[in-house]
Amino acid sequence: MRYLGRRLLQSFCLLVGVSLLSFAFVELAPGNFFDEMRLNPRISNEAISGLRKQYGIDQPLPVRYARWLGSVAKGEFGFSFAYNAPVGSLLWPRARNTLLLTGSATLLTWIIALPLGILSAGARHGWIDRSTLLLTSVLLSTPDLLLSLGLLLFAVRTRLLPAGGMISLAAENQGGWQQAESLAIHMLGPVTVLVLISLPTLVRHTRAAMIEALDSPYVRAARSHGISPGRILLRHAFPVALNPLISLFGLSVGSLLSASLLTEVVVSWPGLGPLLLEAILGRDTYVVIGAVVFASVLLVCGTLLSDVLLFASDPRIRSERLA
Amino acid sequence: MTARKQIALPLIFVAGVHVIALFAGFFAPYNYAQQNRDLPYAPPSPLHLYDVQGVFHWRPSVCRLAARPEKFGVYEEDRNNCFPVRLFIRGPQYTVLGLFQSDWHLFGVSPPARIFLLGSDGYGRDQLSRLLYGSLLSLFAGLLATGLTLNLGALLGTVAGYYGGWCDAVIMRCIELFLALPWLYLLFALRAFLPLHISPSRAFLLLILVIGIVGWARPARLIRGVALSEKERGYVLAAKMFGASHFYLMRRHVLPSTYNVLVTQAALLIPQYILAEMTLSFLGLGVAEPVPTWGNMLSAVQQYDVLTSYWWMWAPGCAVILVCLSYWYLASALQARAEVIGH
Repeated sequence: MRYLGRRLLQSFCLLVGVSLLSFAFVELAPGNFFDEMRLNPRISNEAISGLRKQYGIDQPLPVRYARWLGSVAKGEFGFSFAYNAPVGSLLWPRARNTLLLTGSATLLTWIIALPLGILSAGARHGWIDRSTLLLTSVLLSTPDLLLSLGLLLFAVRTRLLPAGGMISLAAENQGGWQQAESLAIHMLGPVTVLVLISLPTLVRHTRAAMIEALDSPYVRAARSHGISPGRILLRHAFPVALNPLISLFGLSVGSLLSASLLTEVVVSWPGLGPLLLEAILGRDTYVVIGAVVFASVLLVCGTLLSDVLLFASDPRIRSERLA
Repeated sequence: MTARKQIALPLIFVAGVHVIALFAGFFAPYNYAQQNRDLPYAPPSPLHLYDVQGVFHWRPSVCRLAARPEKFGVYEEDRNNCFPVRLFIRGPQYTVLGLFQSDWHLFGVSPPARIFLLGSDGYGRDQLSRLLYGSLLSLFAGLLATGLTLNLGALLGTVAGYYGGWCDAVIMRCIELFLALPWLYLLFALRAFLPLHISPSRAFLLLILVIGIVGWARPARLIRGVALSEKERGYVLAAKMFGASHFYLMRRHVLPSTYNVLVTQAALLIPQYILAEMTLSFLGLGVAEPVPTWGNMLSAVQQYDVLTSYWWMWAPGCAVILVCLSYWYLASALQARAEVIGH
């Protein structure tokens, strides 16, 4: 438990660091939302300085940061100038959509990648291994952006998939089943792209970890005892190989979030990505900070989850902490 | 294939691409901003070796295009109105490296005809010329940002590994912070707080700065590891005993030993950064029109009619795959060589 407590504290420090970094960038940046407003001749200077006072922009950095922390405690995450609403209320539904996308993509990636990696490590240089290697190299060398655009092309050309959005207009007014069906069809494309983006790294790591485990002496001993290859693969080698993969899971959340950001923008999925892009173009400072902090929270959750899994799967970590 | 060849082949290809990018003005038949409003989305011009009578010519020719009045973007070739393709022809003025001016081009056709080897975009601008001019910005953004990242990483990594103590602790915490964040979000956040509407050259420098700063953590961590083991080596300790200064030890003994890591990291980082620049420009956060980069050229593909009808607009995507592939081959060959040297 002390191990987990320390990890929790570290994650918390990380989040504080991220938010401080974002605020430092804001401070360094020239211009803000209200400078753009100043160009509009119909808004008087007094009105703008009034607004600045109302939103607390005229305060020094530490005061603003403290105020922002206060609003985080209330779940508001600051105030959006463009939407005229608390950032939290904008972020929650968006973050849920992003989580829906990345969560299902992660699940699917692991379901596909683990058997593929185990099989190709089990029969090295066999046809499964060779075709997997070819597939992963092709996927690795295709940029994320082009994969997303390829999906768009596929959707528009074949009309098998919707080309964008999250739910069709027709389904929006109907019952739960139709909505769920429409959502699933809309998710199919972006989830496929995300799986294709994150699959090759995971397959290769699984294969490498399995090969390392299979080459160790205890597997040779098990083999000479006459234990069946399938049992060796799953019962003896796999639990050992799983360890580095779980740590990889924590790290891969970050790259998956980045990939998801891009895919969301290209297929106009209403997640954090389009909101962030819109906020950048509109200089909506607190929305940008909120989106970055939210993404970091998702990331930290992923890392923590992998820590918990590691704790559960590896007896060495448990005994180390107990001693 | 020998190890030497495995490094040499992609290296030659990459170097060739960069040279072509540097002399984009010479290889491109037109200026990147030259519009032909009567020829939007013209398909790649076919090169004809036989003329309309069926007589064979060694010199290929292109024919003028006539737009069909009833349909947008559909053309018919006027086979009676063909112009030979000429090499080393005089055309629009350009400057090479911002130093000297010239109007010689590798190839071209005489004015009324247009040669679009990769078709034209919505304003009737030559795709090939834009691709070549765009490669100048896209490739060198990757190269310069990598230079910045590696300098930052080498500096901080060496200092952290060499001095250790609180200095190491502070830098390592920063590294963890930067490594943990989703890099695209970080890139966006940095870009968000910088001015949006700026001239292309300033946007270019800004992009290099932003991309270069975001990625410093990974090379810094690797270099710290090398510096950590290197400072305990016998000859370094001996030099220290002779009274060499910290600066001298870092410069002459620790830094040279990180050379292998730096080269391999460079080959890995450059394609990533080319893609990063492409992503930012694609989303409208990078270099703006009319100056072309591969990213803002590719953003045309988001339009429905371009996506479905004009396949030549994907040219920047194909170009970036080729360049990134050769960089990745280079990186894996370099890694293999470093492992051989290490053993």
